[in-house]
Amino acid sequence: MPEIEKNLLDIQHLRIEATSYPPGEPPRDVVLVDDVSVSLKPGRVLGLIGESGAGKSTIGLSSMAYARGGARLAGGHIILNGRDIIHLTGGKLRSLRGKEVTYVAQSAAASFNPSKRLMDQVIETTLKNRLMPRPAAEKRARELFRKLGLPNPDSFGERYPHQVSGGQLQRAMTAMALCPKPDLVVFDEPTTALDVTTQIEVLAAIKEAIRDTGVAALYITHDLAVVAQVADDILVLRHGKKVEYGTTDQIINAPKQAYTQALVSVRSIDHEEKAEAPPVLSVAHVTARYNGTNFDVLKNVNVELPAGQTLAVVGESGSGKSTLARAITGLLPPTQGKITFAGRELSPALPGRKRDDLRELQMIYQMADTAMNPRQTVGQIIGRPIEFYFGLKGEAKRVRVQELLDQIEMGKGFADRYPAELSGGQKQRVCIARALAAKPKLIICDEVTSALDPLVADGILKLLLDLQRQENVAYLFITHDLATVRAIADRIAVMYRGQVVRYGSKTDVLTPPFDDYTDLLLSSVPEMRLGWPEEVLEHRKMESAGN
Amino acid sequence: MKLTLSAGIGILLTAMFVLSAIFAPLIAPYPLDLTVGGVWDAPSAKNWLGTDTIGRDILSRLIYGGQITIFVALASSVIAFSLGSFFGFLAAVRGGWTDQILSRIVDLMMAIPSPIVALVLLSVLPLNLPVLILVIGVLDSTRVFRLARAVSMDIAVMDYVEAAKLRGEGQIWVIFREILPNALSPLVAEFGLRFIFAVLFISTLSFLGLGVQPPLADWGGMVKENKDGLIYGKSAALMPAAAIAALAISVNLVADWVLSRTTSLKGGRGA
Amino acid sequence: MHPILKLVIQRVALGCLLLLAVSAVIFLGVEALPGDTAQAILGQSATPQALENLRQQMGLNEPALVRYFKWLGGVLTGDLGKSLTNGTDIATAIGQRLGNTLFLAVSAAVISVPLALILGLVAARYAGRWPDKLISGITLTTISLPEFVAAYFVIYLLTQVFPVFLPVSMVFPGMSLGAKLHAVALPVIVLVMVVLAHMMRMTRAAILNVMQSAYIETAELKGLTPMQVIWKHAFPNAIAPIVSVVVLNLAYLVVGVVVVEVVFSYNALGQYLVDHVTKRDLPVVQAVGLVFAAVYIGLNIIADVVSIVANPRLRHPK
Repeated sequence: MPEIEKNLLDIQHLRIEATSYPPGEPPRDVVLVDDVSVSLKPGRVLGLIGESGAGKSTIGLSSMAYARGGARLAGGHIILNGRDIIHLTGGKLRSLRGKEVTYVAQSAAASFNPSKRLMDQVIETTLKNRLMPRPAAEKRARELFRKLGLPNPDSFGERYPHQVSGGQLQRAMTAMALCPKPDLVVFDEPTTALDVTTQIEVLAAIKEAIRDTGVAALYITHDLAVVAQVADDILVLRHGKKVEYGTTDQIINAPKQAYTQALVSVRSIDHEEKAEAPPVLSVAHVTARYNGTNFDVLKNVNVELPAGQTLAVVGESGSGKSTLARAITGLLPPTQGKITFAGRELSPALPGRKRDDLRELQMIYQMADTAMNPRQTVGQIIGRPIEFYFGLKGEAKRVRVQELLDQIEMGKGFADRYPAELSGGQKQRVCIARALAAKPKLIICDEVTSALDPLVADGILKLLLDLQRQENVAYLFITHDLATVRAIADRIAVMYRGQVVRYGSKTDVLTPPFDDYTDLLLSSVPEMRLGWPEEVLEHRKMESAGN
Repeated sequence: MKLTLSAGIGILLTAMFVLSAIFAPLIAPYPLDLTVGGVWDAPSAKNWLGTDTIGRDILSRLIYGGQITIFVALASSVIAFSLGSFFGFLAAVRGGWTDQILSRIVDLMMAIPSPIVALVLLSVLPLNLPVLILVIGVLDSTRVFRLARAVSMDIAVMDYVEAAKLRGEGQIWVIFREILPNALSPLVAEFGLRFIFAVLFISTLSFLGLGVQPPLADWGGMVKENKDGLIYGKSAALMPAAAIAALAISVNLVADWVLSRTTSLKGGRGA
Repeated sequence: MHPILKLVIQRVALGCLLLLAVSAVIFLGVEALPGDTAQAILGQSATPQALENLRQQMGLNEPALVRYFKWLGGVLTGDLGKSLTNGTDIATAIGQRLGNTLFLAVSAAVISVPLALILGLVAARYAGRWPDKLISGITLTTISLPEFVAAYFVIYLLTQVFPVFLPVSMVFPGMSLGAKLHAVALPVIVLVMVVLAHMMRMTRAAILNVMQSAYIETAELKGLTPMQVIWKHAFPNAIAPIVSVVVLNLAYLVVGVVVVEVVFSYNALGQYLVDHVTKRDLPVVQAVGLVFAAVYIGLNIIADVVSIVANPRLRHPK
């Protein structure tokens, strides 16, 4: 008999508000979530996806009747296990949290109490709710540790949070959430803070744990490829409102709304690899270390960048890719090797460089926020290199500033604004204009799109490619994101532990056979294809068994 | 930013204190040292706040005393501020040995509470205004040094400072155009706190008999002169004590307000 | 060696080194200032011959460095020299008074520390609500008062308006503890007022800082009660900052005690120091200054050691 399964969670017309206190202005109410309805059946997984500020975490936490930092559940119903929890307080609320619904945070490293052993934290709610006696709870925790692939599952719980790695903490937090056998787990970007090669393992472990325990889950992320792996249904959110709601298959393969289509097709920039050209930058046998250490952060690095082309330097955190930028700019003089730029050998340290060397080699940073002096207007920020390098003043400078603003598609009226008055994407555009103002031959772009939402990042990448065609400027593009690399690179250097492990034209680098690390890195990049993480991990297991 | 009520009161009172100090000779009903009544006369129409231990008008002495107290405190906080922020910026921008030496000297100076250091120094030095101002100023500059150094260190690692260095800007530009405008707000708020500290410091020294010496009068010294009256229920000593408290609290209110409006460093236009 | 032990030893050694440097500053720094000890004793009218004789007698003609090491040797063996003004032995005089000062300071600490922690906790628990605003408003006012001003307000209130105490505090050997406590009640109240405000504000800040951590949200989402959150998750991590707050403020006591002793004519170390600064009796000032410095540096070492020991990263290294 087909029995109609009741919903575990039913969110109806949910509205969440907060009071914001902008400095210098009267407080005002802002709506974080506006009229969102969604439901979840037992054992199903719902993905919540959107850019920052879309309200996805806020909705996730509302299923625990929790609102962060001054936000309040202002209207609607949150029906969990048949009762409305939106106005629950006191003991009733506390017996819901940690028993019926549990939570896995983005940063497990900050979310574990640093002064208590992991085991005590993992079984805390199980004991509090008297679900099982301590030995049984510890046994269950150890089983979960094993299931989640943690090393030495029997003694893992004896450790303190700072004694294990970030990826392991994320798994431990998943174990903590699953231990009291809840009905629903809220996963709040659980893999976002991890390196891509760790992410795939944690993602597969979480997916398997969800499947084996049969728990229902809300899975919050900004990455469609990640959510595609775990979710049965997907809710796409933007500015606190529902954009589209459907099965994973429908959202990925047949999105109806324009916004969802844009999200799915992001990074579909077509970029033809350019032909060979004489190099504008060549880095030869460069080795570098920080003062007072005896460890080389760059080891014998050799790369070349043809004029007007893009060299993408990829690697995970700690691979030395940003250090390479510091060596090229002269902030970290290499201990060995030489750097040739525009046909001249560069002085290793910044003070020894000529003004033209400085002018023709510009830099754009990851955080546009801290890359601009908050006390200077956009006009002053862009105007300074014009005055400094070309001596333009007054009207001539103003005209040139406007020219640059037009080039970055920002138009009139921006020259008098302060950085704080701009959006994230606009800030990064101003930084690009400042670099362009020097009429450089090379711009070093250090993770310039990684702090931005995907659609905004897309716009920045398109702008950079346009400018490259107009100005024939070369980019040294540092990133950890392989999708970005595919979109813009002519050449690629893969870095690992201070060394370039693979280098060549884009086609060569991205075509097998791969070296071990590049294989690991490339195969770890999330793909929309269903079952991708298991496939990759299975393949890896066979390979290592074969060796 | 809107003026809050407490900040308004603070500004009003501070302004009143400063104005009465500047125009003391015009406002004060009697000269500083003139005996106009009996010992510890109660407040009357003739002497609004009563008379002191040898029959001088307390209101007049308060007004003249405010002159000395505010002048000494202002002069020493200016010294503390200039010394502290100059060396603080220097340590932050130069780094290396300059920073090491300056920071260790400051550590040493702060290893003992500054009033104790002041007492040790004043057991040798002559007790006159320039010495007092210098001692308080130098001892207090250590705190300004630490703040200025910390603030500018935070700014010096910002990407926009690095961008200026990569552009080829000189040290002068980096300090005055990139670092200083962003370091100014927290330092200005700190000035108020330093001023209060100096008021309390000079008052305490004078109270101990080691500050401003007669015939000059300041508030701390006035408390000392009149303290014995308290035993007989004469409240003369409480007038200068209340003046010290009122000045300190009102400057505190202003400083709090300045501090609260500068907490958002990214906030753009604010001064 | 366990890394904690190593750090603690390092910290204590550093403290001793600092104390040595301070002793050098107190002795040599003061010597370098303009001022003539012999002149200070004999006055402006002294003949050059008399000055020369006194200098000879006091060994003032030897190089400063030699005298410093002699002095330091004396300090280490418990000989602090003799007072210039009355010739009494300084070590004995300090010994008699140190007890009184400690009695005063410890009484103030015993009251103010628990009170400050409780008030700090209350203010943090109700942050931004009326109990917090009330406590913060009152403490902001008391912070603005120098010790002696606070003292005279308290004296006026409690001896004149409500006459419950005597305005002078005399303690002498043979007094019963109860009588002693009654005698020091007023100065203790003043010291508590002065220290409490700072200590409470900093405790509040320390607790609020910990309460903003992500792991506190985790604990709340586990459905723990507010008390469980505070005791199990906030408190273990707040120990180090709170202890350092407490110790730092006990160091404020060192200064407060000097002024308060003068206000209440309480015969102890602070009074002794101020008297001899007025008399320009340098050996006494240097000796007492060193004692205060030692107490202050000692307290700071304790704060650092506690925060090292309380740090789980150091206690359980990787």
